[in-house]
Amino acid sequence: MRLLVKTFLQKPELAAVLLLVLLIVLFQVLSNGIFLSAANLRGVLGLLPEMALVAVGVTLLMICGEFDLSVGSVFALMPMSMAVLMAQGWPFLPSVLVGLMLCAAIGFANGWLTIRFAIPSFITTLGMLFMARSLTVVISGGFPPRLDLERIPEHLFVAFVGPGELIRASFLWFLGLALVVSLLLSRTNFGNWVRATGGFLPAANAMGIPTARVKIACFMICSLLAGFAGMIQVLRVGSPLPSMGEGMELAAVAAAVIGGTVLTGGIGSILGGIIGAVLIRVIDNGLVLSRVDSNWFKFAIGALTILAVVGNAWLRKRGRAMKVEG
Amino acid sequence: MSKIILETRGLTKHYGGVHALEDANFILHDGEHVAVVGDNGAGKSTFVRQVTAVEQRTSGEIIFDGQPVHFSGPLEARQAGIETVFQTLALADDLDVPSNLFLGRELFKFRLGPFSWLDRKTMRDRTLEALKTTAVKIPNIDNPIRNMSGGQRQCVSIARTAAFASKLVIMDEPTAALGVQETAQVENIIRGLKDRGIPMILISHNLRQVFDLVDRIVVFRRGRIVASLRKDETDGNDIVSYITGVKGGSDTAYA
Repeated sequence: MRLLVKTFLQKPELAAVLLLVLLIVLFQVLSNGIFLSAANLRGVLGLLPEMALVAVGVTLLMICGEFDLSVGSVFALMPMSMAVLMAQGWPFLPSVLVGLMLCAAIGFANGWLTIRFAIPSFITTLGMLFMARSLTVVISGGFPPRLDLERIPEHLFVAFVGPGELIRASFLWFLGLALVVSLLLSRTNFGNWVRATGGFLPAANAMGIPTARVKIACFMICSLLAGFAGMIQVLRVGSPLPSMGEGMELAAVAAAVIGGTVLTGGIGSILGGIIGAVLIRVIDNGLVLSRVDSNWFKFAIGALTILAVVGNAWLRKRGRAMKVEG
Repeated sequence: MSKIILETRGLTKHYGGVHALEDANFILHDGEHVAVVGDNGAGKSTFVRQVTAVEQRTSGEIIFDGQPVHFSGPLEARQAGIETVFQTLALADDLDVPSNLFLGRELFKFRLGPFSWLDRKTMRDRTLEALKTTAVKIPNIDNPIRNMSGGQRQCVSIARTAAFASKLVIMDEPTAALGVQETAQVENIIRGLKDRGIPMILISHNLRQVFDLVDRIVVFRRGRIVASLRKDETDGNDIVSYITGVKGGSDTAYA
């Protein structure tokens, strides 16, 4: 029993789960039962995949010991490049593929530059944040193209599906991708290598793990997920704005951190990052429903980030200090 | 004498202008246990990092098991049969014991590129076996290494080495951070390797331990090998005078 409690206390996402349950109850009461109504859940769940997919990628990369500040810009660049190509008569699928390849290239550049020149990824991706954002505005020519909705398989991405039409198709994409990344991290050698690389780089090197390749792979996965998430948002909204996704990079880091991922790498879980993203969505929505001035939103996220990190550290310490016989 | 398992000829490593290792000629016979001693910065760890290919040498030759080798990285060295306990232990703090034992050479249920599925159960069983043969006690091997004591971590690292040891074991100060009891445990593992006929290079500052465990002592000083002495033809004072440079001041000695 004590062993169970100990294991539980050391789960990185524990603090976030507790907070989430608490907030859901709180908002349900404050909103007089509207919060958990079907109509509101549709709204919450419909927007969730966009933020959550970015958070999944950022979480993976942070476990690997690196940062990506360029996800917000990639979030805008991918759908913008897709829309521009489609406006020039390209079909949907090739446009998407080109957009995703662009994301992969940016991820590769982030990783390669970081490793080749041994600079902090904070700097590399800060530079990429500006460059990718600028590219987005340049290729849009200042006039964001409208997407021709006729040529988009809407049912595959943004249409409402499922019982009670509670979720959008994008939610299934999100579940699928999150599951894949999660399994990759927890059940494969790649996952072990990511944790070893992020936890203690010299050890991973000494044991012969190709740490450079592992890191670059994580950068690329992160960029791809961010671009894919941006595409989903644009398919939902109908037109790419050059400014979309601004501030997302920090929100994604906040989600990862709230979910128990440690800044120095090694510790964290994909589930934690997702729960962090859900928490942010829940607060966003719950504050409005509770008729709180929505300008308090960022204050709440900030406070939550600090609270979650302090809480996580405390729980982990308690868990470690707990003696288990045997 | 039995065959030569490891030989280095003129092994040299420069870090920019720093000559960390200069013209090291070293021979290790099969089944032989050799200690490498020397002051801090004498080149002992640098020597090990070249042999295990954690770093690439500046020049010189390494002949392992009769073949000149150019390992591209530590994984290749391990695959060739060189197992190492690093000073830093080279453990991944956030992984459990089986994952650490098999780090870089995981066992799979099926292989599919990055989606190669880990065979956790077999890895776990083999880990328990390995710990049993080395008489190391770890209460819960499913815990991340981070939560373990220094001694336990050291034992995991050494159990990993002993379990996979095939042709050559290198230990870089394996008992530097250990208590009396844990040190004795590690020394027992080393004697076990000797009984199994597995050759070993032991880097140590502890001369009592060195004289207890090995057949021959090689002294490094300022990046050079200055002495190679059989245990029965030398004593502690002799070794210390080589380490401090009182004896063998020139650079002519060979191992």
